[in-house]
Amino acid sequence: MSIDPSLQRRGFLKCMTWAGTAMVWTVAGGVPRSRLIGSAEAAGTDFTFVQISDSHLGFDKPANPDVTATLKEALDDVGKLQKTPAFMIHTGDITHLSKPAQFDTAAQLCGGTKLTMHTVPGEHDILEEDGKSYLNRFGKGTKGDGWYSFDAGGVHFIGLVNVVNLQGAGLGNLGHEQLEWLEDDVAHLSASTPIVVFAHVPLWIVYQDWGWGTADGAQALSYLKKFGSVTVLNGHIHQTLQKVEGNVAFHTARSTAFPQPSPGSAKSPGPMVVPAGELKHYLGIASVSLVSAKAPLAIVDTPLAS
Amino acid sequence: MTETLEPGGFARRLLLRRALGVGVAAAIGGRMAAAAEAEIVIDNFTFSPTPLTVKAGTTVTWVNHDDIPHSIVCPDLKVKSHPLDTDDTFAYTFEQAGTYDYLCGLHPHMHGQVVVA
Repeated sequence: MSIDPSLQRRGFLKCMTWAGTAMVWTVAGGVPRSRLIGSAEAAGTDFTFVQISDSHLGFDKPANPDVTATLKEALDDVGKLQKTPAFMIHTGDITHLSKPAQFDTAAQLCGGTKLTMHTVPGEHDILEEDGKSYLNRFGKGTKGDGWYSFDAGGVHFIGLVNVVNLQGAGLGNLGHEQLEWLEDDVAHLSASTPIVVFAHVPLWIVYQDWGWGTADGAQALSYLKKFGSVTVLNGHIHQTLQKVEGNVAFHTARSTAFPQPSPGSAKSPGPMVVPAGELKHYLGIASVSLVSAKAPLAIVDTPLAS
Repeated sequence: MTETLEPGGFARRLLLRRALGVGVAAAIGGRMAAAAEAEIVIDNFTFSPTPLTVKAGTTVTWVNHDDIPHSIVCPDLKVKSHPLDTDDTFAYTFEQAGTYDYLCGLHPHMHGQVVVA
């Protein structure tokens, strides 16, 4: 994979932004890696969790004829982490076509890690039975189309659904009911509570022409303004993008299945076929460590092959 | 429905219609049959042609040539197709004159229009 020098420069500029909040960034091999100053490895007491995304089980086209194998490999890497993470988050497009067999494979493979998995649906997970095939398996105890929140390791986690009732504007959509729930959900929390929001489609507008953003994402974020540390984890675009805006750190994860082109760099956002042997450089997992309640979370996005 | 408008399929359909004893008029010439059927291709996250102008009674078939599934959603007609995987098709017969906007249910930045004259 070739590295655009401007990307490196941008990466380092971000590095500067994060350095102010006790975070150091390096860009190596095109992969941004973040860690807190002076702690290359998460310490034994740190709270860590893992994010995977866009496994697209059932996809079998040239961009990756064996998405089951690459998901397995990603999960094997999770198993090799020095510190066992608290749980795993899957930010959607678990399956490619919402087929029962595809959900079964996901449940079986992810269950093999022995980690609790928290999920939100992608648009590929709600193609059958108005989303019930997803909700029946992964949506127990959730509200509406599958949104929910929980607390772990001193962090308040919020899973949002922005792939239902997509409108002509072409962007992800949370909708009135979910926004009201969100406002209420965080109302009682103290401003020092670290917040992690995870949803499939990026909550901020990455690239409108391809629908890479959420129409009412800004409204959701407005409810989180009082918090000192907000981390937003998304998938959908099959590549790592990060930005920091005030107290909010945005991160999109790689897919475990196939890469997609960078915004506007191709005619369409369809699956990107990469040279043989290079695919695994484009796929991966993200592990996240909570180190300080004051700083955004440290995210290390690891490609399957480095 | 998996048929497309490639010549072989067309001929097969005509034979089938003859065998069933219906659609004899359609067999008189390709011209008449073509007026009653039209195709919209999905390629690179784009519907083509769009807008598509047809006569009332025309059956429009969408075929997906992308490596990613798409679907057809037309709110005005309350039409929602199943997800079309690669090379899958969806057909709908437009009975009433009008202008119908549709989009892809998975990628709603994809827009198309069928004008029924």
